[in-house]
Amino acid sequence: MSPLKISWKSIWSKPLSSALNIMLIAFGTGILTILLLASKQISDKLENNSKDIDLVVGAKGSPLQLILSSIYYIDFPTGNIPLKEAQELAKSPFVKKAVPLALGDNYNGVRIVGTDTNFVGIYKLKVKEGKFWQSDFETTIGSSVAKNLKLKIGDTFYGAHGLTGSTDIHKTHAYKVVGILIPQGNVTDNLILTNISSVWKMHDHDEKKHEHDHDSKDHKEDKAPEIQNKEITSLLIQYRSPMSVVMFPRMVNESTNMQAASPAQESTRLFSLIGVGVDTLQWFALLIMFIAAISVFVNLYNSLKERSYDLAIMRTLGASRTKLFLIVIAEGIMLTLAGTIIGITLGHLALEFIGSNQESSQAQLTGLILLSDEAYLFAAGLAIGIFAAIIPAAQAYRSNISKILSKN
Amino acid sequence: MIALNAVSHNYENGHKIGFKDWQIDGGSQWLLLGASGSGKTTLLHILTGILKPQQGSVTINGTSIYDLSSKHLDQFRGRNIGIIFQRPHLIKSLTIKENLIMAQSFANLPTDLNRVREVLTSLGIADKKDAYPNELSHGQLQRVSIARAVINRPTLLIADEPTSSLDDKNAAAVLDLLINQSDINQATLIVATHDKRVKDAFTNTYELS
Repeated sequence: MSPLKISWKSIWSKPLSSALNIMLIAFGTGILTILLLASKQISDKLENNSKDIDLVVGAKGSPLQLILSSIYYIDFPTGNIPLKEAQELAKSPFVKKAVPLALGDNYNGVRIVGTDTNFVGIYKLKVKEGKFWQSDFETTIGSSVAKNLKLKIGDTFYGAHGLTGSTDIHKTHAYKVVGILIPQGNVTDNLILTNISSVWKMHDHDEKKHEHDHDSKDHKEDKAPEIQNKEITSLLIQYRSPMSVVMFPRMVNESTNMQAASPAQESTRLFSLIGVGVDTLQWFALLIMFIAAISVFVNLYNSLKERSYDLAIMRTLGASRTKLFLIVIAEGIMLTLAGTIIGITLGHLALEFIGSNQESSQAQLTGLILLSDEAYLFAAGLAIGIFAAIIPAAQAYRSNISKILSKN
Repeated sequence: MIALNAVSHNYENGHKIGFKDWQIDGGSQWLLLGASGSGKTTLLHILTGILKPQQGSVTINGTSIYDLSSKHLDQFRGRNIGIIFQRPHLIKSLTIKENLIMAQSFANLPTDLNRVREVLTSLGIADKKDAYPNELSHGQLQRVSIARAVINRPTLLIADEPTSSLDDKNAAAVLDLLINQSDINQATLIVATHDKRVKDAFTNTYELS
């Protein structure tokens, strides 16, 4: 009978306190696992979505809001910018590629994005079925959109005004699905892409329709000059050279009515804001782990008092000091290791559960991935087991069996 | 053949106790007599390699046991000495069978289930092999502790006050079992006691003064 089996049986002989220890450790490890997985996935998503975009130009306002709306498609846009000015910027020698975005409508919560073919280039999109949008009201949809909204090529749908909700539907024109993208693993999976003039035309008719309700603004005038006043939401920019990083944003911010925001900078800022919360939770989880370690220690230490006679008997049966040391330390390690494994498993399951109940599909989390960092959690579990068991084990090693036996 | 040579021990309180030399022939059966506090337990611990005396030596079958390293002494004890304590103490988390297998493995002997069955049968508790210690009566536990002591066929079987907490009938039964088991296993038997009821069963006596 190996020392391991003796430790194992000893754990099973006191199921309640063993279960308590395992639960404490599992809880701490579980929280750490969730934090690890979630923060890794969020930062990956943030990076992935803004990978090839160096700068976003949009209406003045919060730069973070501009990034959130034009890169991650989660917040409201800051406002509109004149197409003419945007086109001038796009022609700047600093700019390699410029992608105009026209936001404003949704279909069942999925954003309809008016853009041009540069969008395809910058996100390296490919179609799985059908083709990219060409003429007005043709759309190419992301893979998740096709799956979630059960849209096929040839289907038609009506967009609704705003970024969520479907109360104000543009009934005048129907969009038609002409292509479905292959999954990209980024935000484009959850977008409906069309050309800019479709978005404009949608609203032209809207305005005509609404004219009778509120005829205050200047669009009451002739429609022809409005082409000149066309507006877009923002412009995604890819730099031509590293030099642009220094010059271009300053130029935009100082010499135009628009603002330039860097996705990398704003993502970092956003993540550092979330990071405070993550840090707090992390300390909380570490505290739980620490309490768990003390609990395992107290458990082993107390049981050692009861078991000192057991251990002395084992010595009289021929067990060496080293064997007793192993028996006690193996018990601690088994408890914490079981807790760690259960905790990591629970963490994954919990995150998968959270992910499947998430409303926003843009930042969906999953528990079904394994990170190499989880090995550290494993090592930490082992270390806690050794830390909690080392003193009791050393006492078992040092105990004077003659004294223990003659006391009884 | 066991020999005790010029052994004396200093207690922590400074009290010193000396033991007269003792030659024990292989297979003989001895009574170790002495009043409480006369050093019976101390001598038993010295004989079994649990307590190293300040002076003197203990030789068992030619091996001077306190010249062995701690690890080898533990192993020597596991293989050659079986100890029965006043109160039977078994590992509660293990079944009777597992308690006996543990004794085999601690002595670095292979698991021998036939031997386990044989010993339990000879003590009349074969049907209890899968029970846990807390399911057994005191008398049954005492038998199991005898079984554990003889499982590795020790050279020396030592019992410390095995009858003191038992009534006349059970005391006689346990004593019979001890003598019987030492015969079966050809072990030297030393029974330490202050119990007068035990005296008649032994011809050899070592008395502590």
